[in-house]
Amino acid sequence: MTRLTPAPDLPAFLGMPPFPEAAPAGLANATQRANLTHATRTIRTKRAVRASEVSNWDDLRTAGMQIRNRALRNLDQYLVQAEQAMTEAGVTVHWARDADEANRIVVDLVRAKQADEVIKIKSMVTQEIDLNEALEAAGVAAWETDLAELIVQLGHDRPSHILVPAIHRNRTEVRDIFRAEMGQWGRPAPDDLTDDPAVLAEAARLHLREKFLRAKVAISGGNFIVAETGTLVIVESEGNGRMCLTLPETLISVVGIEKIVPTFADLEVMLRLLPRSSTGERMNPYTSFITGVTSGDGPQERHVVLLDNGRTNVLADEVGRAALRCIRCSACLNVCPVYERVGGHAYGSVYPGPIGAILTPQLRGLDSPVDRALPFASSLCGACNDVCPVRIPISDILVHLRGKVVEHKTATHPTPESIAFAAVASTMASSRRLGLVQRGSELVGRALGLVGRRRLPRLPWPASLWLRDRDLAAPAKQTFRDWWRQRERGERP
Amino acid sequence: MTSRPSVALFATCINDTMFPGTAIATVRLLERLGCTVTFPEAQTCCGQMLTNTGYIAQAEPVVRTFVRAFEGADYVVGPSGSCVGSARHQHPMIASKVGDEGLRRASETLNQRVFELSEFLVDVLGVTDVGAWFPHRVTFHPTCHSIRVAGVGDRPQRLLREVGGIDLVDLPDADQCCGFGGTFSVKNPDVSVSMGSDKARSAVSTGAEYLVAGDNSCLMHIGGLLSRSKSPVTPIHLAEILASTREDPR
Amino acid sequence: MSGSRARDEILARVRRSLGDVPAGDEVVVDWTYAQPTPLHSVLDTFEENILDYGASLSRVSPDDVGRAVAAALRGMGAGSVVIPADLPAGWLQGWDDLPVVVDSGDLSARDLDAIDAVVTGSLVSGAETGTICLDHGAGQGRRAISLVPDRHVCVVTARSVVSDIPEAVAVLEASVRQGRPVTWISGGSATSDIELSRVEGVHGPRQLHVVLVV
Repeated sequence: MTRLTPAPDLPAFLGMPPFPEAAPAGLANATQRANLTHATRTIRTKRAVRASEVSNWDDLRTAGMQIRNRALRNLDQYLVQAEQAMTEAGVTVHWARDADEANRIVVDLVRAKQADEVIKIKSMVTQEIDLNEALEAAGVAAWETDLAELIVQLGHDRPSHILVPAIHRNRTEVRDIFRAEMGQWGRPAPDDLTDDPAVLAEAARLHLREKFLRAKVAISGGNFIVAETGTLVIVESEGNGRMCLTLPETLISVVGIEKIVPTFADLEVMLRLLPRSSTGERMNPYTSFITGVTSGDGPQERHVVLLDNGRTNVLADEVGRAALRCIRCSACLNVCPVYERVGGHAYGSVYPGPIGAILTPQLRGLDSPVDRALPFASSLCGACNDVCPVRIPISDILVHLRGKVVEHKTATHPTPESIAFAAVASTMASSRRLGLVQRGSELVGRALGLVGRRRLPRLPWPASLWLRDRDLAAPAKQTFRDWWRQRERGERP
Repeated sequence: MTSRPSVALFATCINDTMFPGTAIATVRLLERLGCTVTFPEAQTCCGQMLTNTGYIAQAEPVVRTFVRAFEGADYVVGPSGSCVGSARHQHPMIASKVGDEGLRRASETLNQRVFELSEFLVDVLGVTDVGAWFPHRVTFHPTCHSIRVAGVGDRPQRLLREVGGIDLVDLPDADQCCGFGGTFSVKNPDVSVSMGSDKARSAVSTGAEYLVAGDNSCLMHIGGLLSRSKSPVTPIHLAEILASTREDPR
Repeated sequence: MSGSRARDEILARVRRSLGDVPAGDEVVVDWTYAQPTPLHSVLDTFEENILDYGASLSRVSPDDVGRAVAAALRGMGAGSVVIPADLPAGWLQGWDDLPVVVDSGDLSARDLDAIDAVVTGSLVSGAETGTICLDHGAGQGRRAISLVPDRHVCVVTARSVVSDIPEAVAVLEASVRQGRPVTWISGGSATSDIELSRVEGVHGPRQLHVVLVV
């Protein structure tokens, strides 16, 4: 089949191995490691500076959390209110239970406009549902217009970051991709293209401009929908968003049902939190607020597709639902030592990093090994909790989901791990049993000649997982418990 | 503090079994500072290894054991930000999850008297100069759970700065996780080792003889990497430096 | 109709998922809205932040707006300019020699792409973030004219500059309730998508000049 766009063939992330098996490839990719280290360090320093400029930053985060909680805890009412406000303002509202339903709705709308191409604003939710693939299957070319998404698309690649999807690429790689690919899909890159980011941005401007000027249909996601006014809010930097929101005749916006904020005034909190947390700017260059259809200004036909696709499952979990507060700033990715080393692809989802590790398994469920591995893809260092602008307790949710994974895995029969941990639990529930185990392991250790050695020799699994790269001090000759008893008996001070 | 504070030592299972020297140092330090130290023998562990691996219901008896062991204590002091943090942050959560309101209340009441060692020294005893002597070049790793769960702040550094003879040097990227993460270290060994190797390299780059921290679990991981690469840095627990004196040096 | 079935089912799922939440649950939001942010000088902060984004700014008296706008256009190298039909008279003076296109709403995107610059007014601005807010009402024109041309000269009156976003949002609420589109502009278009290195100028106007009328 002749391809309409350079996106890879397979649906995103199909056939990916679970995180522990996918991680070594990321760790071994030296170029990606260097790119990520540089980028995440830059951005987390900027975020810290911008957050520190706001004297009541922590109060602002609390308000952000409360506004999102208010929206989520009354979501049915706010959805109905938003629907009514949008409908009255001239927007056609659609509802989609899952990805297939959303894709069908969008494809039908694009077909009805007899368009064979659409321009797209960067949108996580349309990646989540593989909308581009569905459009391409229906003979519609979907052009990504965000610079990073363009780099990813032209590179036959997958996004690896929520905010900067091409964070794993450096300028030289971008130059090579533009040189090789732009001409096949539109205006070629200039002959004298260099790897200067400004020159590369100029090439993207020229390449995309013809698409902006001719497109009849644009597709967006949405950062927020205000329930009381039906206003769709889109936050961006480059102006590609404004192009998509302004020039085409038809605008289709796919928005997760959790993106509601109750009142327009609530935006004063959300729009101060988001750019400082996200790009580390006081404010992003452009924010558009669109309320209905305005005669003589912008698209005269507007559709909003409200998408569930697992969100109500997340909402049903009293602990896990806090993840739906997320405003996709990506601050948690940028401070995460695991993400920084492994990169986004290993998470097997469009939502990588700490937020992905709690959101993906809740959205998709725990039936696949990929999703069951995600809650364990964290050292629980907690750096993410401290930067989250809506105070999502990511570590607590990770632990909660680990519990659900264990329940899921042991639902029918115990696993070797669960048997081992049952023994640990039994030992740790009683000091007498702990003492016996300490004594027992000391005896075994002595028998094996381990006690008193400076460090342990090679041992079988699971100790081998530790000992492959790390030494381990041999067990002490005397436990503290024994030392204390001896001292109490007056045998030794 | 006028009277002799009575402290129940929460040794933690890893110190009890693998690093008894840290628990012994804690006893000597607290006694030197005028505390009466007891070791409630019914204690076992904070249960964090179970909780953080997802065996949350199985951790409940461990929480119960912890509460019973320490219920009568004036002060519970543990030389571990991670284990103390787990008791304070996770125990009530575990009790709620299994629906035991009584245990949750008992745990929350007890937790008001549970202190990480540096917190107890600075906040309760009101000392930063504990009379320690440790004439070595030392660099300090703050450990994630000490900082972000227990919330010990800069108390360990304030204590270390007052140690006689010490040459305390900054650890580059000190706030970065060492990658231990409990069972993370074996469930994701490649990432864990990558993080730990960066931490070990940072420690070596300081030229320090000792890498000090308030958590032996992290030190076991970083130390294992330092030892494997035959690096000249020795891991040491904060309590052991603070217990060391001119008369009785470590 | 399947559409309404999906709607009913999603709303039912939401209600089921919130089974543990008491009816009429109102989460308290500990926040006082629309408060000013204390600043040593609102206008100085505004100027500093506009400049920080790589945009330029000139402070002028009301009598000098027209000349300042023309000077800014020349400084940007503009050879042609589009203005909204209701741009206040006098906001463009000394520009008689070059084409001025008055937008009557029928210019296509391609027409606008051939024009070098645009001059508009603005509704309200926030100093702390250097954000100019347009509601595309009087003197501001429809959205496309302040987007497609590569240079934007924006007139901001001193009395329309508030301290920060909360006060600006309070002003904008009336516009949104009338169904007006709103655009926030904080400097020229920019990207940090390549190695997090900020580049000013992608698709939106690459040059922004603010004429601050004091």
